[in-house]
Amino acid sequence: MTRIALDVNGRRHEAEVEPRSLLVYFLRDELGLKGTNVGCDTSSCGACTVLLDGESAKSCTVLAVQADGCEVTTIEGLADGERLHPVQQAFHEQHGLQCGYCTPGFVMATVSLLKENPSPSEAEIRHALEGNLCRCTGYHNIVRAVEAAARAGA
Amino acid sequence: MSILGNRVRRVEDPRFLRGEARYLENIPLEGALAVTFVRSPLAHARVTGVDTSAAAALPGVQVFTGADVDAPPLGPPPQWHVTEGMVRPLVATDVVRFVGEIVAVVVSQDRASGADAAELVMVDYDPLPAVLSAEESLTDEVLLFPEVGTNVAGRSGKEHDESLFDGCDTVVSGMFWSQRMAAAPMEPRSSAATVDADGRLLYWGTTQTPHTDKMILSGMLGLDPGQVRVVSPDVGGGFGAKMLEAEGVLVAWLARKLGRPVRWTETRSENMLNLPQGRAQRLEFTLGGTRDGTLLAYRLNVLADVGAYPWLGTALPNFTALMAPEVYAIPKVETQTASLLTNTTTTTSIRGAGRPEAAQAMERAIDTFAAEIGMDPAEVRRKNFIPKDAFPYQTATGATYDSGDYEGALDLVLRSAGYDELRAEQRRRREAGDPVELGIGLGAYVEISNPVGETEFGEVEITEDGGAILRTGSFSHGQGHETTFAMIAAERLGLPVERVTVVKGDTDQVPKGTGTFGSKSTQIGGVAGGLAAEAVVERAKELVADYLEASAADVVLDAGRGAFHVAGTSEPSLAWADIASRALEDGRLGELRVSHEFQAPPTFPFGIHLAVVDVDTETGKVVLTRHVAVDDAGTLINPLVADGQVHGGIAFGVGQALFEEIVYGEDGNPMTNTFVGYAFPSAAEFPSFERVEMVTPTPANPIGVKGLGESGTVGSTPAVHNAVVDALLPHGVRHVDLPCNGENVWKALQEAKP
Repeated sequence: MTRIALDVNGRRHEAEVEPRSLLVYFLRDELGLKGTNVGCDTSSCGACTVLLDGESAKSCTVLAVQADGCEVTTIEGLADGERLHPVQQAFHEQHGLQCGYCTPGFVMATVSLLKENPSPSEAEIRHALEGNLCRCTGYHNIVRAVEAAARAGA
Repeated sequence: MSILGNRVRRVEDPRFLRGEARYLENIPLEGALAVTFVRSPLAHARVTGVDTSAAAALPGVQVFTGADVDAPPLGPPPQWHVTEGMVRPLVATDVVRFVGEIVAVVVSQDRASGADAAELVMVDYDPLPAVLSAEESLTDEVLLFPEVGTNVAGRSGKEHDESLFDGCDTVVSGMFWSQRMAAAPMEPRSSAATVDADGRLLYWGTTQTPHTDKMILSGMLGLDPGQVRVVSPDVGGGFGAKMLEAEGVLVAWLARKLGRPVRWTETRSENMLNLPQGRAQRLEFTLGGTRDGTLLAYRLNVLADVGAYPWLGTALPNFTALMAPEVYAIPKVETQTASLLTNTTTTTSIRGAGRPEAAQAMERAIDTFAAEIGMDPAEVRRKNFIPKDAFPYQTATGATYDSGDYEGALDLVLRSAGYDELRAEQRRRREAGDPVELGIGLGAYVEISNPVGETEFGEVEITEDGGAILRTGSFSHGQGHETTFAMIAAERLGLPVERVTVVKGDTDQVPKGTGTFGSKSTQIGGVAGGLAAEAVVERAKELVADYLEASAADVVLDAGRGAFHVAGTSEPSLAWADIASRALEDGRLGELRVSHEFQAPPTFPFGIHLAVVDVDTETGKVVLTRHVAVDDAGTLINPLVADGQVHGGIAFGVGQALFEEIVYGEDGNPMTNTFVGYAFPSAAEFPSFERVEMVTPTPANPIGVKGLGESGTVGSTPAVHNAVVDALLPHGVRHVDLPCNGENVWKALQEAKP
């Protein structure tokens, strides 16, 4: 077991973890943050995307020990109380989600994208979100949501 | 003003956006043991021994084999007319018939120790020759069930009529595979089960059909249905494939056997191997007519590869045959289908379920015919559409189409896409010798939704605070019923949408239901809820009549403000909250709870898609640059949600046209059991879609609504497929195998070279 200390959604956590355990299972099973989903075994789908020191990362591809000393933001850490984060709000308004399973990952990836590129073109959005998969929406309204969030200055 | 037809944002969204969704894997279950399945690595083999001793010696581990499981095998229901004797044991005993079949079950303290223990279960296999294609299966040289004597799980149709194409001066034919696809919902499957102090089984499943699952579970475990509660929580997509399977039955069986809560969540690779797959039909078409473009006769032969154990996929060729004539008034239509077992994953319904195959065959046939007689494919379609004034229309295969305007849809799509300009651009590129050809493809379709004319349950109850609960037997796993069904009830009750709470997916809270598949939910479940709401309004009028000392016949509901009053005078009035509190005091609130069951015949959504592709003739690369879609599913409840259903449908169909395919190696080894091997398209593979609304209501239900969940898929595959072939016509290409990926396009170009 290895001791780690990290900030998750602004709260300090210290824990003993197995060196082989993945960040996503640490978040889900140790911290009870079930909003981050697991959709594949191959780091293909992006359902588990979180922010690691402000940048999007697939938490199934990061060992919990690698997050030692980092700041992690999950989907639970995005809204300001009752008020949704502008990216969450845009997904709601543009019907950018259906079954919702990929949604936390897309929202986190979008937050990261708009930080790097505040007004991406449609082609840039599609390229940037290539690492996140959705089976319900055909991505059409996800792209609309990202555009709307960019317009809202998210 | 009615709320119906407005773009209402979904009320269910916040919990998904905040990471608070109740997916099964998120539900805590104190003390639950983990279930891990040991699965066959071989496609076909005799099992000569299962040694569980090393695994069972690990602390806290128990292992069960087929000999330990006393539940009966999982057989298809009789209405699917499957050859008898082809049933799947929950755990294989003597023979395994596909890679992934369960050979033992490990129960452990946690998932990691279960994975370690599963590695230690030693299974001895004696390999048998594997049957990997339906063509090979048809020879019956290797039988999956030797005692049955055939690999044919189902058949339909009559002997060929040799005179079918008499009178035709032009006859074209073709054959291609509507390839095997994965449903690939983003949420893998989970099951969990526990037994309460009274011995009652509580089972959670990621399923589209909780009530059906309850009946199957109680039957297989020998329990009274009242002793079983099934809960389907938030489900992360289903696409037709998420129903009760062997894994779920075993989880329930284990909870009873061990008297402990147990749970299982599959990995993605387990999902890709074991969640039933779809399509896998070989389509062989012959289309005859005259050189003026008139179609006279059509023949469709379907050879379906249904996997190792007959499941819903065995029955789906019947829908393909029923819908074979599609939107065309072809006088003579002949179909034959055969469903063959192979040593591959079982097949079931996935988005479209038998109807996409019918459209894929016919639309390729039409384009092949048009190319043969040198007529614009749009004009061949126009000339042969069933006319707008012919509905209800009985087809040569026995379907009765409810309503349609196929030529109207064609005009709309051609105009919206700018068809003439696209053809001009195509000519320009061809004349310039541009290596990147432009292709334009049409995909017209009519499909059948609520295909077996089912019944659905709806109940509306006014709550103590004057809101309403709508209980529905339909299930929603992304379709947005919590909003659309609430809109239907709210409109009738005169309540704001957010005051109507939709309850679904729990067999204790909703007494009956048929779940969601076949694009049937709104037209039966939504309507049932609406009719229950209307009945509640009538009951409320009786209460109001008593409270206002009037006659119930004179009481009216002002839906705009959700208040009842006597006709002709708007005051005094009683709002729902007033009625509820008075009824509560009087002990009459229970009168404001009414259930309704609504049955309706199938409906026939239709439309036409137009796809524009760039095809690089030097590399074979295809890029979909535009996709214009007219999908008419009758009245729209919530166009925002309807758009989303169509977009998702289009993407699923384009996925089949250009990217996706389940592939097995020569020995039956699956090559596409992860998202690395399986070409699941991302946002980068699609353009934005151009949806063009068209509304032709159906007389089949009081709202006029048809199903919309699958139709986008039915239209998009043939449109894109036709566009790719259209691009390559000058190169002598007349056919490209699905998926039209770089490899298949390049091969078609090489084969066409003189």
